[in-house]
Amino acid sequence: MARIDVNHVRHSYLPNPQKDADFALREVHHTFEDGGAYALLGPSGCGKTTLLNIISGLLHPSHGELLFNGKDVTNLSTQERNIAQVFQFPVIYDTMTVYDNLAFPLRNRGVPEADVDRTVRETLEMIDLASWAKKKARGLTADQKQKISLGRGLVRSDVNAILFDEPLTVIDPHMKWVLRSQLKQLHRRFGYTMVYVTHDQTEALTFADQVVVMYDGGIVQIGTPAELFERPRHTFVGYFIGSPGMNVMPVAIDGKTATIGSQRIELPGVPKTGAGPIELGIRPEYVRLGRDGMAVKISKVEDLGRHKVVRASLEGREIAAVIGEDESVPADPKVRFDPAGINIYADSWRVEMGA
Amino acid sequence: MEKTWNNKAWFMVLPVLLLVAFSAVIPLMTVVNYSVQDTFGNNVFFWNGSDWFTEILESERFWLSMVRNLIFSFIILAIEVPLGIFIALNMPKKGWGVPVCLVLMALPLLIPWNVVGTIWQVFGRIDIGLLGYTLSALGFDYNYVNDPTDAWVTVILMDVWHWTSLVVLLCYAGLVSIPDAYYQAAKIDGASRWAIFRYIQLPKMNRVLLIAVLLRFMDSFMIYTEPFVVTGGGPGNSTTFLSIDLVKIAIGQFDLGPAAAMSIIYFLIILLLSWVFYTVMTNVDAER
Repeated sequence: MARIDVNHVRHSYLPNPQKDADFALREVHHTFEDGGAYALLGPSGCGKTTLLNIISGLLHPSHGELLFNGKDVTNLSTQERNIAQVFQFPVIYDTMTVYDNLAFPLRNRGVPEADVDRTVRETLEMIDLASWAKKKARGLTADQKQKISLGRGLVRSDVNAILFDEPLTVIDPHMKWVLRSQLKQLHRRFGYTMVYVTHDQTEALTFADQVVVMYDGGIVQIGTPAELFERPRHTFVGYFIGSPGMNVMPVAIDGKTATIGSQRIELPGVPKTGAGPIELGIRPEYVRLGRDGMAVKISKVEDLGRHKVVRASLEGREIAAVIGEDESVPADPKVRFDPAGINIYADSWRVEMGA
Repeated sequence: MEKTWNNKAWFMVLPVLLLVAFSAVIPLMTVVNYSVQDTFGNNVFFWNGSDWFTEILESERFWLSMVRNLIFSFIILAIEVPLGIFIALNMPKKGWGVPVCLVLMALPLLIPWNVVGTIWQVFGRIDIGLLGYTLSALGFDYNYVNDPTDAWVTVILMDVWHWTSLVVLLCYAGLVSIPDAYYQAAKIDGASRWAIFRYIQLPKMNRVLLIAVLLRFMDSFMIYTEPFVVTGGGPGNSTTFLSIDLVKIAIGQFDLGPAAAMSIIYFLIILLLSWVFYTVMTNVDAER
């Protein structure tokens, strides 16, 4: 287990990167604490897999350095870094049995056969493939193959970190849930440093203590699931996390008042606005639909089973509100914004509000 | 739905049957015809039973050609398959090197067989050939015309030069189909170069390798043109393989009966071997 320091790492797939846009990873400077469970969350192409491959040593960063427990490993090979990594699509060794597949990383490192046997059996129990141990791996279903990949990632107990690159993509929803809880349990039991790449917010929020949200080659926010939800640091985090995402609308600020069209919204404090366009962000969960407040025109109501999402337009801008399953939409609908849920953004970045 | 029982379907396959009859069955039957009869010309035939077959099977000459041919096939397989794998493993996977290598590899395969023979016949000559002349000048006693060993070396080198590319291209096709994730996983798992070959690359290549071995074995077992052009089967009979021997009997000596019997035996051997390969290959498939 190790603490991983990513120091000013930049990476480009081009031989001679010049502009910022040439970098797949613009600049990442972050510490993954020993024993932490992290999720790297972001849309496709945001650089999360690049960052993961840099940590595991499959990629050498163009700039910056990587420390494991304070020791520089930037130039060490993947083998020397002693990392486990599970990939998006199952990688199995076809000609081997399930058992041998799991034993492979151990045997390659010269672990005594008795220890190999013990750990492999434990891991097989964990991924629920014990009865398949003697079967050739090639006959398995995609689910089972991915479980083997997961198993190979978990079989070594002395690794510095376990990295997961969207490992549950090919697994069906029920099994996903089971495996994710098992990973979480494992994390509690053994205290591995785990980094989990995903573009699925539910996966990230349920797995990780700390979620690292990436956007366009950089980290936009690191926080607990609650922080990401309540106080998105960047409008992207607002959009990306939550379903539906945060409502963001351009406003004019005057002291403690925000104006949108002809409507005035009282803010909980005076925002310290800087340069750039000012926006107000509020999650649909904090938009109260009722008989008083700002008039809106309802365009559609989506019943999601547990709650309803109301799509409406406020001063010509689309907004969404979440209401309870048994609430109904009033005849003359109006909305209020709960001050606790209001965030103000200048140039897409959140600004603090003073008293 | 009730099935319609009639024999109309036979009409559909009739054209193919006719085509195959004229291209294969009828010529083969004339061979069968020759193999059981004796003739002194003028279209007069005498029934001869299985005498020609007995004669061929009991002749030392036939078995010697057979043994020579099997040794030849074995040697070229033993060289071409590992060499082909080795070259395929070392070929670039991307960049400008790929088309260059592919074209270079394909070149020998595009040359007509008798031209290949002529190239090597000239290449090996000690008076004007680049190889023969250089070797002699360096003091090696190389002469494929007089020395059976040199003749064998030349014929084998020629076959390796001509056909290794086929193995390379087939293996290469297998190798490029391996996703990058496999190599990445192997690094994570700490696999050695040998383990990567053994557990990732070889399994991906084993189907194409089987095809390569089958094709190369069949081709080399039926080889005629190239050694015929280079050595004509000599010196003595040292490079006389089955086809060369067959042609010698049929056209050289005009012994049509024994030649026909030998053709049939030869054909049955090839058929048997093809069946063995086919069975092995389908079994490998079924295992998947």
